[in-house]
Amino acid sequence: MTQERDPAFVRFAGIEKKYGRVVAVKPMDLEIPEGSLVTLLGPSGCGKTTLLRMLAGLETPTQGDIYIRGKRINDTPIHKRNLGMIFQNYALFPHKTIFENIAFGLKYRGVSKTDMQKKAEKALETVRLPGVGNRMPSQLSGGQQQRIALARAIVIEPDVLLMDEPLSALDENLREDMRREIDNLQQQLGVTTIFVTHDQREALSMSDKVVVMKDGFIQQQGTPEEVYNNSANHFVADFLGHSNFMVAVVGEKKSPFLEARLADNTLCLVSPAEDFAAGAKAEIVIRAQKMTLGYKTDFTRQAEMNYFFGKIVDRSYMGGEVSYFVELAQGQVLHVINFVKRAPYRRGDEVYIQVDPFHCRLLAP
Amino acid sequence: MKRLISGWTLIKLYTLLVYVWMFTPIVAVVILAFNPQQFGSFPMEGFSFKWFVKLSQNSTILDAFKNSMILGTLTAIFSTAVGVPAAMAFIRYEFRGKELINTLLIAPIMIPEVVLGVALLLFIRWLQQPKSFVMLVIGHVVLTLPYVLLIVQARLVGIKREYEEAALSLGASPFQTFREITFPLLAPAIFAGMLFSFTISFDDVTATLFWATAQNQTVPVKIFGMLRNSISPEINALGAVMIVLTVSTPLLAGYLTRRFARGTGK
Repeated sequence: MTQERDPAFVRFAGIEKKYGRVVAVKPMDLEIPEGSLVTLLGPSGCGKTTLLRMLAGLETPTQGDIYIRGKRINDTPIHKRNLGMIFQNYALFPHKTIFENIAFGLKYRGVSKTDMQKKAEKALETVRLPGVGNRMPSQLSGGQQQRIALARAIVIEPDVLLMDEPLSALDENLREDMRREIDNLQQQLGVTTIFVTHDQREALSMSDKVVVMKDGFIQQQGTPEEVYNNSANHFVADFLGHSNFMVAVVGEKKSPFLEARLADNTLCLVSPAEDFAAGAKAEIVIRAQKMTLGYKTDFTRQAEMNYFFGKIVDRSYMGGEVSYFVELAQGQVLHVINFVKRAPYRRGDEVYIQVDPFHCRLLAP
Repeated sequence: MKRLISGWTLIKLYTLLVYVWMFTPIVAVVILAFNPQQFGSFPMEGFSFKWFVKLSQNSTILDAFKNSMILGTLTAIFSTAVGVPAAMAFIRYEFRGKELINTLLIAPIMIPEVVLGVALLLFIRWLQQPKSFVMLVIGHVVLTLPYVLLIVQARLVGIKREYEEAALSLGASPFQTFREITFPLLAPAIFAGMLFSFTISFDDVTATLFWATAQNQTVPVKIFGMLRNSISPEINALGAVMIVLTVSTPLLAGYLTRRFARGTGK
């Protein structure tokens, strides 16, 4: 991203949405940089779609302001906002041809017939579906329909592209292709894009910035690496990827790490996410992929490493990697995902778990 | 052992009898319409269009027919003109008392026509207005509005809100969105609603008996009146015409709707 781009191209200021007594979006501020792809990520009912629809003009905020390019748009009706919108179920007009669908937005922008034809054809090429202009939407597959919807939205050269779970209606294999396609297209066009999803993989793989939401609140925002590796709280750590949580009491400082004592008195070295006072209650978060398993019989201690001992109680084979559930002596079951080196561990195997203190993050409970 | 008649054969036979029982009177009317004799009896002696010719020269029947056509057409127009916006409001918007108003508008379907007939008559009396053609149209609109509402609402539920939202986001004003998206998608239902209104209005006897004056008799009311005096074979001819009309209109409409629905996008 170049410097002269507006870091607050889209700006929500103290925005709030209530439906009667139910608060869908609690007062919040959010800035979307120009030309970036920002994902609103969260479980259903977290307010992400409401936020998007308020920007689109399909919902009216209870309070707060929305700005695009520094201009307040609260009172601009939806059809004057110049936004491209992509829906989960494509929403292609079923009674219009593909060409008529794509040219629809151009009709209201004073584009001449010949330009319309040219632009529509170019848009069809951009989404790699040239020559389908005369067909009806029902004659195309789901993936093709979503590409037409994309073409229809980008042909009007919108200020912001809004996507509301655009991949959820597609089947698994197609979703991956389509995700990459949207990503490439967004980079190529450089259009500011807001992408709403509940799928963390989509969010992590394509975003410049991820905004994790829950209960109408922004839990954390940052680059995919930031939110994944430095999750701000239990919810974010739990929602992104597979995490293990262990309750602990903060101990002494052992630079650069911190000591933490688990319920069964085991002492661990951890990386604190913030400042902790000794004796405070906290929570250790460990990603399932960051732990390494070994047979208990092969165990040798290395300095500055954390170890846990347990027994494999369950496993599921996922091809390249295996998901193990290891029950520790104190009863807690840890989820460990490891690549298969020689042969996968079996149920009942006595194992040790090794984990670098760098990957044991200490969060406030 | 040989079973003489199986269960299936019995069911088939029974079904056939039901159909015969249902349709024989109708078929008889159509056949007798071509009977040249004054008093219909089988076997027919000859074949003639005499009663149709007589029918076409009977000015009171022609008047009634004209009345019915005008009444049906006006009813269809007003019912859809009121019903379509009402259906839009009920499905697309939230407002207080929505359920109540909707139920009230659908209610005439459940209320016996006799009650409706008397009620409107009393209402008109209370307003100190004479029975008139306008009142007849209003009455028929009340009778047919529920059908338009139900048909259009059912279709509207099926038209996803996203189509309209997509059109709006692309720059079409709410009115342009209605004209370009909602209306074309709704057209088959509007058309069906009009047709229903017309057919119901054209067929109605009970309520119309209360509301019609001597000047604006409809065909069914006229037939009813003619039957009180004598059974003229003209009625058979009229019945035949009515059957052809009421059967062919929905068939034609169904055919047209399917052609529209298939829509080659103009």
